[in-house]
Amino acid sequence: MTLHPTDRAIVEATQAGLPLVPAPFEAVADRLGISETELLDRLDRLKKQGVIRRIGAAPNHYKLGLVSNGMTVWDVEDAVVDQLGEIVGALPYVTHSYRRPRALPEWPYNLFAMVHGQNRDEVLEKQKEIAAILGTACRANDILYSTRILKKTGLRLRRKDG
Amino acid sequence: MTSDLTQLDRDLINRLQEDLPLTNRPFAEIGAEFGVSEQDVIERIKQLKADGILTRFGPFFDAKELGGAFCLCAMAVPKKRFDEVLTQVNAHAEVAHNYERTHRLNMWFVLATESEAGIADTAEAIERETGLNVLLFPKEREFFIGFKVAA
Repeated sequence: MTLHPTDRAIVEATQAGLPLVPAPFEAVADRLGISETELLDRLDRLKKQGVIRRIGAAPNHYKLGLVSNGMTVWDVEDAVVDQLGEIVGALPYVTHSYRRPRALPEWPYNLFAMVHGQNRDEVLEKQKEIAAILGTACRANDILYSTRILKKTGLRLRRKDG
Repeated sequence: MTSDLTQLDRDLINRLQEDLPLTNRPFAEIGAEFGVSEQDVIERIKQLKADGILTRFGPFFDAKELGGAFCLCAMAVPKKRFDEVLTQVNAHAEVAHNYERTHRLNMWFVLATESEAGIADTAEAIERETGLNVLLFPKEREFFIGFKVAA
């Protein structure tokens, strides 16, 4: 999809964050040379379109003591994976959950759920809870812990030239 | 760590993982929810950011909706070759995140490219350079986007 030039300018102006001032949207609108009403309308539309997921804050899991994260992966029957995925994704300790293709024979898993906890025992407890929810629809599962961040580049919208 | 957080900090961290109201004075509205002033809310957010407890405050965009393609990829890298392969993989600007994980598939990275074709091209280039398979795990469906880390 192609963004309207004004929407693109909004993305570029806000992707590093909103100013922490009493009227943050007014400040951004001023910078862009549009009215605050137009900015709020456009933000509202971008949210409805799914371009903006939400406007808020991202906490640092590690600083909140959630130092253990496990990527739990599950081989769930195709007929019920979406229905069960919605339930797993809504669990309070699951931050991301996706259906992805299997890569047989090496990788039989089609449901991924990222679980955060204060330690590996807690992550394992949560893995058990998910296993109970999936029940017999799940044929196999595994858990992969991240041991090292090898690269982390923030996703940034590139400036369009010309 | 968490022990230094006040109840207001915890309330704000939890509340700010939901949506900010699209109004002229959003912090005043959030303050009203917790019985504190607009200025208190702004100051606490500034402090939580300065302490690294909040990493970012603002709109979160769906990268795919902005245009471009994304794909989770995994490789089984022999231990002896890990550093060498890591250098080859990370040299690609398209590799956005890369994590070492506890599995035979021990290198997991996200490719971010301008187009779908760019994903296949980059994965093939990595396979050529490393002589190792790159498994592609594109997102087929995302379940309930929650950013719910209870503080």
